[in-house]
Amino acid sequence: MAIKSFRSPLGRARGTGSTGQGTDHWWHQRLTSLALIPLALYLIGTFLAYVVWGRSYASARAWLHSPVTAAAVILLIGVGFHHGAAGLQVIIEDYLHCEKLKIVALIAVKFAAGFLALIGILAVLKILLGA
Amino acid sequence: MVELTLPPNSRVQPGVTHPAPEGATRTKTFKIYRWSPDDGQNPRMDEYTIDLDKCGPMVLDAMIHIKNDIDSTLTFRRSCREGICGSCAANIDGTNTLSCLKPIDEIKGDVKIYPLPHMKVVKDLVPDLTLAYAQLASIKPWLQSQTPPPPDRERLQSPEERAKLDGLYECILCFCCSTSCPSYWWNTERYLGPAVLLQAYRWIVDSRDEMTGERLDNLEDPFRLYRCHTIMNCTRTCPKGLNPAKAIAEIKKMMVTRRV
Repeated sequence: MAIKSFRSPLGRARGTGSTGQGTDHWWHQRLTSLALIPLALYLIGTFLAYVVWGRSYASARAWLHSPVTAAAVILLIGVGFHHGAAGLQVIIEDYLHCEKLKIVALIAVKFAAGFLALIGILAVLKILLGA
Repeated sequence: MVELTLPPNSRVQPGVTHPAPEGATRTKTFKIYRWSPDDGQNPRMDEYTIDLDKCGPMVLDAMIHIKNDIDSTLTFRRSCREGICGSCAANIDGTNTLSCLKPIDEIKGDVKIYPLPHMKVVKDLVPDLTLAYAQLASIKPWLQSQTPPPPDRERLQSPEERAKLDGLYECILCFCCSTSCPSYWWNTERYLGPAVLLQAYRWIVDSRDEMTGERLDNLEDPFRLYRCHTIMNCTRTCPKGLNPAKAIAEIKKMMVTRRV
């Protein structure tokens, strides 16, 4: 079998070096998952109280008209999409080994998460500000 | 994409069957992965039914018995036969372990032996560990210090400082853990793997070493360190009972605490 590369094993192992990044991403994943616990619990509780048991469009609007609830929902949307995008990024980096496809997928996830989060936040603001 | 199926020339086929010797009362069948780079054949599983009264209690004893008395072409690494050299690591009964430390009677049914998973195979049960050794060299697994050693004695450590190396210095570099880790399988070139990260931590916590910051800088990378997703296969498989997952978690903790 022909030798494909004469690069030394240490050259392969050292590769293109350390990027000096990674801790932020890892730490943000932990922080966002921590933040999502109280946010999700609070919202499930108030959602049940106002929307499910209230059983009317008016009570659902009233639920979102509270600045506290609206703030919590906006935070949930922002933090949730941030967390989801960070998790998807890890999955793509793990399993997609075609470099071009990987870059495209990473960009698509970031753009989609940002766009969807903005839609959600604007919808909340629309109800909150009574437009 | 990650390859989830074997390429056609790597698919394992049935191999040669060596029946039990006549008069054997206590027998056990060993199914062993065979592949030679020289004959152009696919890998195969050869079956050896052996007389347990003719060999010692460990899987390595059976492998040596097969090589000596049944089939001298069987190729594997071994040296110390007592769990300190790390040569005879293989995938036995579905788990990476040292064949010299694995008692045959712990295995129900036939004993299946494969080389360490997801490494290139040199021959039979011998994996190519070249890159893993180079990754170990890349983290500089030796004491680095700017302060010269005292002229009249060794560098001192308190008992507490020395105790921090317990559970780390015992690693024999068999690479059972790294080759059990899916993250290492998918990103072998860029993720250092649990064995090398445990060694990195062994030098990061050594009180005599003065390059802690540089060592952490070298690991600060989404792939070198952060491919660890706490799957814990490394800790479960370690034949020496060590905890590489904890060592990696400690490195991550240091990464965060040094910046907050």
